[in-house]
Amino acid sequence: MKSVEQTRCAVSKAIGVMVLIAGVLLTAPLGFGAQTDSSQIPNIFKTASTPADAIRHLSFFVLIVTAAIFSVVFCLLAYVVVKFRNRETDADREPPQVYGSTQIELAWTVIPILIVVVLFLATARVIHAIQDAREPAAALDVIAIGHQFWWEFQYPASGFVTANELHIPVSDPAHPTPTFLKLLSADTDHSFWVPQLAGKTDLIPNRVNEMWIDPHRTGVFLGQCAQYCGTQHAKMLLQVSVDSPEAFAAWVSAQEHAVAQDEKEIAGKRVFETTACVNCHAISGTAAVGKFGPDLTHLMSRRTIAAGAADNTADNLRLWIQNPNAIKPGSLMPAMQLGKADLDALVRYLETLR
Amino acid sequence: MSSDAITIQTAESTSRAWVQTLHEWVITVDHKRLGILYIFFALVFLVIGGIEATIIRIQLIRPHNDFVSPQVFNRMFTMHGTTMIFFVAMPVLFGFANYLVPLMVGARDMAFPRLNAFSFWLTAFGGFLLYFSFLGGSGLYGAGNAPDVGWWAYAPLTSRAFSPGHSSDYWTISLLVSGFGSIGTAINLIATILCMRCPGMTLSRMPLFAWMNLVMSGMVLIAITPLSAAQIMLLVDRYLGGHFFDTQAGGSAAIWMHFFWIFGHPEVYILIIPCFAFISEIVPVFSRKPIFGYPVMVGATVCIGFVSMSVWAHHMFTIGMNSYANSFFAITTMAVGVPTGIKIFNWLGTMWGGKILFKTPMLFCIAFLFQFLIAGLTGIMLGVAPFNWQLSGSYFVVAHFHYVIVGGILFALFAAFYYWYPKITGRMMNESLGKLHFWLFVIGFHLTFDFMHIPGLLGMPRRIYTYQPGRGWDFWNLLCTIGTFIQGIAILVFVANLILSYFKGPKAGNDPWDAWTLEWSVSSPPPDYNFAAIPTVASRRPLWDRKHPEDPDSRYE
Repeated sequence: MKSVEQTRCAVSKAIGVMVLIAGVLLTAPLGFGAQTDSSQIPNIFKTASTPADAIRHLSFFVLIVTAAIFSVVFCLLAYVVVKFRNRETDADREPPQVYGSTQIELAWTVIPILIVVVLFLATARVIHAIQDAREPAAALDVIAIGHQFWWEFQYPASGFVTANELHIPVSDPAHPTPTFLKLLSADTDHSFWVPQLAGKTDLIPNRVNEMWIDPHRTGVFLGQCAQYCGTQHAKMLLQVSVDSPEAFAAWVSAQEHAVAQDEKEIAGKRVFETTACVNCHAISGTAAVGKFGPDLTHLMSRRTIAAGAADNTADNLRLWIQNPNAIKPGSLMPAMQLGKADLDALVRYLETLR
Repeated sequence: MSSDAITIQTAESTSRAWVQTLHEWVITVDHKRLGILYIFFALVFLVIGGIEATIIRIQLIRPHNDFVSPQVFNRMFTMHGTTMIFFVAMPVLFGFANYLVPLMVGARDMAFPRLNAFSFWLTAFGGFLLYFSFLGGSGLYGAGNAPDVGWWAYAPLTSRAFSPGHSSDYWTISLLVSGFGSIGTAINLIATILCMRCPGMTLSRMPLFAWMNLVMSGMVLIAITPLSAAQIMLLVDRYLGGHFFDTQAGGSAAIWMHFFWIFGHPEVYILIIPCFAFISEIVPVFSRKPIFGYPVMVGATVCIGFVSMSVWAHHMFTIGMNSYANSFFAITTMAVGVPTGIKIFNWLGTMWGGKILFKTPMLFCIAFLFQFLIAGLTGIMLGVAPFNWQLSGSYFVVAHFHYVIVGGILFALFAAFYYWYPKITGRMMNESLGKLHFWLFVIGFHLTFDFMHIPGLLGMPRRIYTYQPGRGWDFWNLLCTIGTFIQGIAILVFVANLILSYFKGPKAGNDPWDAWTLEWSVSSPPPDYNFAAIPTVASRRPLWDRKHPEDPDSRYE
């Protein structure tokens, strides 16, 4: 029965190695992620909004229950494996043949049923609290429309449209101003997921879905499309900027008005209006009313372009117009094939759209 | 036997003998040969699907990696998922069922040998069609492509507007064809188990292996049918102007989801129940005790069969169902945990008070118990609908179902390989290589799939070909990729062991594990038509009765 001894030795060595690896792993990310800004991590447990908080509380409860079940069963398994391993002393005898026990079977049926009942009641309560919440009169309504591969946000009360970077006001618990999103899709399935603000809800064509957010601190929260929607699903990124009420009001009033057209950049405007740009993009106050691509009226008020794939800089704009595949291969924006003079003029014009 | 045929042909050239052997394998209707064909077919696709997984993991090793293009990446995860579910997991499980069920119930073959061969070749043709898409996906228009719609192919991404060319058609038709193969095998298994048991083998004396495959086959009949129906509807949409899933013309994307998951969730149990069957045969033998609570095990299996038919929409908690529907599917999902928990406790009860031998099959069984426990608990988390709204579609889900499919199903399959290889080939597998394979695979598995949960909790969605730096995902993805390579090495050790042992392994004899079911009463490999005289049994462990006539099981049942 040497092999048993060897196995035990191997088991203890393996456990030692695993503990060592676990120790390294627990400390390594600290060094590895030193330059990572933790506010950029869309951690589902660092919530900043009422529905996400409710989910976090429920998930901690579920984690505690499952951890308890794990501990009990794991200890049983470890005990059985160590205690009832084959020993040299009784090598040739078969152990007592036991066929079952009704009492024990009953016990390990009833206890799990009770656990399931408790978990279900906790679950149903949170489902009801989130899904059946009434929309207060002070709530902000936004229509979110998923496109391959970007987000359109319509603010019906103010009548303007923006893309990829959603702005919403922070909500004071005393006078909540939550945001209620109506979710639609222009093409395939998408999913709106900003983990710190709420769980995800899908955007499905020919179907209207709803979700709500009730943020209680300001900041920029990151997310992205969470339902595979085609080639560039990976770069269908999403930002939600939770603004103070004053900042939000200022942003809304800026978005509501068209930008005064700068006469100096008339050449670039002409390039925009005379090429295929206008087929897909709109700029208020001009002849461009395309609907397939993001509204560019206040392009420079956004931090990023191409649904978060690149920072909104002159160089990136130029690259994006000339060769979208360099930033986002498979995006539906065509390469515009402009000459250098036209491209320079166009980028200068776009930079006036503040 | 082929060897007899070859020796008679000594005057002929060796190439003639080789062709004849191949011919015999192609036209065979013998359940054992078909079982081996299924298993061999699945192993080939396991390697292909594994290579696809490796490409996925290399691409994700760091943010903004450009190892493959997004188009290639999307094809890889689609093909990886489709291959592993339909052309690895199902065929290999059917293969073991084909080989072992007639032997275990004391029959000379399956009930319908020709249907059996037909089913296998349908499955094989389905696999061929799927991979032919690499050449034929674009038809005659130049370079080919493969399906890139994800393995559940949500509408309307599969409509002709979003999926031009033929890649989605190859996906659809290959699953339709192999689906008919699965239905054929399921009918065959049910008929064999219900009608071909040897004298004395009442339903309550059947090995759990047969019981669980009976339940699995019933589930195949119920679950594959809606999948096939949905594939036909999709073809009607694509070629005959139908609008089932055409959202631009009033069709419904959610209908496809329902059809797919009403297949897709029972499918998980179709895969795991035969693995429960392996565990329920192997754990008792290496604990030297009968299975604890046989009737409860049967009841729990049947119960899982029924309940798992009513949980499908937990894959759809995020599509905006109302709160009542979400609550219903939350409780049914949690309810499946009860019979599954009963099984885990019964296996522990079997080991309790036993004399556990740590042979390679048993090591894989113990790892299975540990990993399946964790997979079940993360499953409970995903069943809690609000928690699911965060976890669904993230890497947490990917980690969860790989815990089920690799940590559960694949570990159980490895146990089955090491346990029944001596019966199938007549030779033992090498224990040292087996243990090396086990430890490498355990380490690789845990390195990949334990840490894969974490980026999911940090907001990383699945099916993205690249990701942004600075979101806390980089380190965990690096670890997952390293683990993948360790798993790959372990698989190479396993394949080497399969090949080396076939030529060099010590002779196994009839009954190398001192086991109790009927397959161990015949020679290894078993003779044509298995039993010269049909055996008669008096208990669940006929060989125990034969080895211990002073204290037979039949006295207690």
